[in-house]
Amino acid sequence: MARVVVDVMLKPEILDPQGQAVQRALPRLGFEGIADVRQGKRFELEVEGPVDDAALARIRELAESFLANTVIEDFTVRVEESAAGATAPTGAAR
Amino acid sequence: MTTRIGVVTFPGSLDDSDARRAVRLAGGEPVALWHRDRDLHQVDAVVLPGGFSYGDYLRCGAIARFSPVMETVIEQARGGMPVLGICNGFQVLCESHLLPGALTRNDHLHFVCRDQRLKVENADTAWTADYTAGQEITVPLKNGEGGYVADERTLDELEAEGRVVFRYLGGNPNGSRRDIAGITNAAGNVVGLMPHPEHAVEPLTGPTTDGLGFFTSVLKKLVQA
Repeated sequence: MARVVVDVMLKPEILDPQGQAVQRALPRLGFEGIADVRQGKRFELEVEGPVDDAALARIRELAESFLANTVIEDFTVRVEESAAGATAPTGAAR
Repeated sequence: MTTRIGVVTFPGSLDDSDARRAVRLAGGEPVALWHRDRDLHQVDAVVLPGGFSYGDYLRCGAIARFSPVMETVIEQARGGMPVLGICNGFQVLCESHLLPGALTRNDHLHFVCRDQRLKVENADTAWTADYTAGQEITVPLKNGEGGYVADERTLDELEAEGRVVFRYLGGNPNGSRRDIAGITNAAGNVVGLMPHPEHAVEPLTGPTTDGLGFFTSVLKKLVQA
């Protein structure tokens, strides 16, 4: 099965108070030199069948209409090549 | 014949019974609507109540928007039926694109729960006709994601067309752009706001009875229609 990853981020002009809170906590934890943090969402879609142009077009539609609110968020869609999955020998121990 | 006002219950709705009570106190007949039922049972108007529909998963209101009942609500709202979205209901209306913009996490990250002063900016909508423009009212406000955002062009349009219905007074509680607490669509039948008028309908339980006007407004409007 192929995996398609949809990343959703708040648009740059939209304030991200969660990211700011994370960023402000960093010095207390001893992490220096992080100028900014933005927090987003990652969706991993396990797709049945081939991930062809038609499948990707449908996923983009899904991302645009549901996974992201394009009033405040941007999204990207990409296919993640599986390293193991189909090529792993059957019966292999973990 | 009494006017029937539907109140939708989604999984996670909290303020549906208060909204029904507000309808009753205003003189209407409250009708409970269920999220999985497309049928609006001949109601004349619909209230989308506050709460955390579908656990606020994905985004507030994002999943409720695709519920069966919303298919009919969206269709009827476009046809002119009065619809009021309170808090989570406002989020559902924005996610449904019945109202422009979106609600984001409060800029200070805290959940706010307080009595909020508001200025009524537009007293011509289906839900605000019993107020006067410029009137101040106080109703409870309680939200974690109530920051109203939209791009500058949309905000300018809302202002120019008089579609900002309520503005926060005495301090912006959540980082909403231009202190916007509530807006309406171009036709004035769909109104959404973050504060809770349904919690301010009788002296025993509310800080004021300022919220009752929402429900008397729509009842009057429907009787005239």
